Amino acid sequence: MRLDPHHGVVGTAAPRIDGLAQATGSLRYVDDLAFPGMLWGKILRSTQAHARVVSVDTRAAEAMPGVRAVLTGEDFPVAFGLLPVSQDEHALAIDKVRHVGEPVAAVAADDPDIAQRAVDAIEVVYEPLPAVTTMEEAAAMADEPIHGEGPRVNRHREVSLEFGDVDAGFDAAYHVREDVLFYQGNNHAALETHGAVGLLTDEGRLHVYSSTQVPHYLHRILAKVLEMPEGAIRVTACPTGGGFGGKTDVFSHELVAAKFALVTGRPTKIVLTREEVFYAHRGRHPVLMWIKTGFTEDGRITAMWLKTYVDGGAYGSYGAASLLYTGQLLPVTYDIPAYRFQGVRFFTNKPACGPKRGHGTPQGRFGLEVHLDKAAEDLALDPVAIRRRNLIEPHSLTVNHLRVTSCGLAECLDRVVDASGFRDRYGEMPPGRGLGLAVGAYLSGAGLPIYFNDMPQSEVMLKVDRGGGVTVYSMAADCGQGSTTMLATVVGEALGLDPTELTVVTADTDLTPIDLGSYSSRVTFMAGNAALEAALRLGDLILTAVADEWEVDPDRVELGRGVVVAGDRQMTWREAVQIAEARWGLLVATGSYKPPKDIKGDYRGAGVGPSPAYSYSACVAEVAVDADTGVVSVEKVWLAHDIGRSINPLMVQGQIEGSVHMALGEVLMEEQAFRGALHDGPSLLDYKIPTVLEMCDVESIIVESVDPEGPFGAKEVGQGPLLPVIPAVVNAVYDAVGVRIDEVPVRPDKVIAALRDRTRGGTGRYGPTSLPDYEFRPPLPVDPPGR
Amino acid sequence: MLRLPPLDYAAPSDLDEVVALLADEGSVLMAGGTDLVPNLKRRQYPGAARIVSLRRVPGVAGIDVADDGSVRIGALTTLAEVAADDRVPAVVREAAGLVASPQLRNRGTVGGNLCVDTRCHWLNIPETWRQAAEPCLKAGGEVCWVAPAKKWCWAVSSSDLAPVMVALEATVRLVGPDGVREVPAAELYRDDGMDHLAKRPAEVITEVVIPPLTGLRAGYRKLRRRGSIDFPILGVAAALRFVDGRCNDARIVLGAVASAPLRVTAAEELVVSEPWSEGLVERVAEAAGKAVRPMSNTDLTSRYRKRMVPVYVGRLLRDLGGYHE
Repeated sequence: MRLDPHHGVVGTAAPRIDGLAQATGSLRYVDDLAFPGMLWGKILRSTQAHARVVSVDTRAAEAMPGVRAVLTGEDFPVAFGLLPVSQDEHALAIDKVRHVGEPVAAVAADDPDIAQRAVDAIEVVYEPLPAVTTMEEAAAMADEPIHGEGPRVNRHREVSLEFGDVDAGFDAAYHVREDVLFYQGNNHAALETHGAVGLLTDEGRLHVYSSTQVPHYLHRILAKVLEMPEGAIRVTACPTGGGFGGKTDVFSHELVAAKFALVTGRPTKIVLTREEVFYAHRGRHPVLMWIKTGFTEDGRITAMWLKTYVDGGAYGSYGAASLLYTGQLLPVTYDIPAYRFQGVRFFTNKPACGPKRGHGTPQGRFGLEVHLDKAAEDLALDPVAIRRRNLIEPHSLTVNHLRVTSCGLAECLDRVVDASGFRDRYGEMPPGRGLGLAVGAYLSGAGLPIYFNDMPQSEVMLKVDRGGGVTVYSMAADCGQGSTTMLATVVGEALGLDPTELTVVTADTDLTPIDLGSYSSRVTFMAGNAALEAALRLGDLILTAVADEWEVDPDRVELGRGVVVAGDRQMTWREAVQIAEARWGLLVATGSYKPPKDIKGDYRGAGVGPSPAYSYSACVAEVAVDADTGVVSVEKVWLAHDIGRSINPLMVQGQIEGSVHMALGEVLMEEQAFRGALHDGPSLLDYKIPTVLEMCDVESIIVESVDPEGPFGAKEVGQGPLLPVIPAVVNAVYDAVGVRIDEVPVRPDKVIAALRDRTRGGTGRYGPTSLPDYEFRPPLPVDPPGR
Repeated sequence: MLRLPPLDYAAPSDLDEVVALLADEGSVLMAGGTDLVPNLKRRQYPGAARIVSLRRVPGVAGIDVADDGSVRIGALTTLAEVAADDRVPAVVREAAGLVASPQLRNRGTVGGNLCVDTRCHWLNIPETWRQAAEPCLKAGGEVCWVAPAKKWCWAVSSSDLAPVMVALEATVRLVGPDGVREVPAAELYRDDGMDHLAKRPAEVITEVVIPPLTGLRAGYRKLRRRGSIDFPILGVAAALRFVDGRCNDARIVLGAVASAPLRVTAAEELVVSEPWSEGLVERVAEAAGKAVRPMSNTDLTSRYRKRMVPVYVGRLLRDLGGYHE
């Protein structure tokens, strides 16, 4: 069978196959589910930032009419955490609470109002402990640390790596520059708040519906926490109203809803309020960073040293990986001959941070791209030249042993520079208007699974019925990114079938084979490859059977659109399927995907960053800055993205535009900020997301480098396009009004402060000036790959 | 979503009955509900026991123009209706059109916006999170977290229409247990975050009357983070009368810098003291900026909001006076 797309399915801009149901509201989200006798669960949350839980008195709540069950920490003795190295959470607090909003107890009742009143009636006695809310505080010795026994520093994880001789690189440099920058945390703010329903099936098995991106991990953690075999539990991931990484952790409400079903025998639903989502969080980590780079006179990088200080909040979550991501992906865009990366993730008494679109990489990418802009100015180079001079080559190894295959970064850069007129307009625009440039890269799936195993990361099964209908089974959870449509398109292209006529069954642990989940932009690459393998095998079964029927060489038989042909002979797909079923019996085919092993280095920390392929993006942003009010308006963004191969250009464009919108929020206004331990504005009124009025024009440019290992050459687009937008806007602000805002979000008060500083003879910079008092351990030396 | 507390609901079709019900302890008046309902969900009115809705009362919605040119807007008229009605002065239409979002303007009313409760980021959060700090003064506690040194509530007047109505010297009609009274819009407000309306709890605003604006140039500018949804973090309303290149009558009113609309008399006196010029505009704008002391209790920093006062006053005055940057 042919591997290049030739059926006109892949590469055609088409609506999502579930688009109509989404647009008309008929798609059933978790909150749409209702079952006879269903109870409503409500969680009591901590009002303390850090405290010992002395007692939880639930008697008054239990005595209320309509209350069916009350749970506390004692009901959940088993700790959990998404990463095997971070088993530090309980479904409901035991002994201690570590942030405001931490789940402490829960009620299931006949209606939500009774549940709320019962929660209000639970008496918790706390013994307050000193709270740590900043990284500076976390870096100090604590008698009562957030985790473990004191005295100790509130450090969660540390990384300290050195690839090549960095000091020698600085010594050899013509120019060395240092910068300190800060990237504020922010929340995913998916339109749908999280929810779950637990129930017992007629057979007595536990069935949990959840708005989750990771049904497989939820399945494993339910089994662990509830101390049940996985076979006794079924997890169904409902369609989600957005995830953006916010639904890739396992949350208290999922475990609690399941436990209520077991305890009461009745279905129990818990849907979080928006405020609870802000306190459950797992969003973007605040990162303070220091970056130092040496350059030759013509702008070639000689060495780089990055230090990141990561505010993790109260729990581990994905933080061990998030920390590594703040530095490990920087060498994927530029050829850095020597690189020292040191980072530390602190625990603080705030909601835990986790993965959000770009997971750990937007912060470092922002730092590097702003830093490079300044270095270009120091060296009297233009922003295009300094980047061009350092671009990574396709099919090369980075200094930290990441395997780069297809790379369309140079083309992305050229395309946005040309489309925006950057060469003629940069530095030449009227006062208050400016252009900024930046690039980025992202994973097409994390190379390693979250728990160590040698099994495939994604598996797909196809089944054919006698009418010719094909059903695709995959655990990939569509979190809005379009994975369901992707599966139908890949299978449709391989078999010459119309994607809208395929049936796709997804995200159900009873029905579908493993996919690890919708995170790290892994689904198109991994589930797509598994689906392609399954489709090729199915196609072979059918072509072989037809060849036998026609008594021709199997190599002469081909799939057309809905037909099987050999020379001038032709039969319909339906006829061919029946011949094949008569020949082979039940027509089922499976495919699996496991990333190659040679994509990573062999050192501690090498497991985070490797991916079978990297997507690349380049961005030019045009801004208008009002020098009197400090308000930054982004007028237009040109975004070129190397997708490898565009499975569906309409959805690629949608992801690019959505990424730009999210990036505008992060660079201009969104912040998960705190007053002490209290969220500064846990509502969609106070947490500022750009409205349609703040959205800019977007010119999406799709670059196709055709990856050698991606399905039909495809890579990811769900996260990568976000990355360059943020530094591009910050660099454009400098071009517009000549001030450096070394901190996002670029709020108007910061722009005004920087402009006033410049007026008074200062440098016109706004940003952090000091680092926490923390000493990294000496870096582990790692030899760069021989080259 | 957040749940409402248990409440009775009454929607009498007679204004006297509304007034009578409001006299009961725990009654709260609802017009559009866009301010009241979220505040109730956040448990900001612990004593609330009954919603008394105006929706069935006849004659409290609608817009009329009297023979003398004054415009009467019924309290229950929606902000969307006001924003779209040509008979309403442009400055009022503009301010009404800047309130919240299109959906909320379809529900929210003129009377409701004039009465919109003062706001503070220590207060306008759900009860659970308010408990994470000791309750503030307005939440029934002993301390104001914005300025703990003084036992005073600095919650911010957040109405877009209030500064405009004060600047236009509009009159508000109140119906209460003791009958009907008409008060100047400026006298409806008290600079006290705890208790910002100078009306008795059982009094109902039934209409606002805007006098003829003959010869007045009036405008409104609003500062907020986004182009929609957000409450003002600064509002500037001005009404100026010019004769022979000179302003001889000026009302300049700031919103969202205090617990009541703030008339900046120092700026008003300056603006009429000499012939109009760019230099005068700058000095008037500076004078307005000096008159305010915003607190750290809403979006963006208090320092920034103070710095924006002269910028916004200057821009509005240039618009009205014909001077541009």
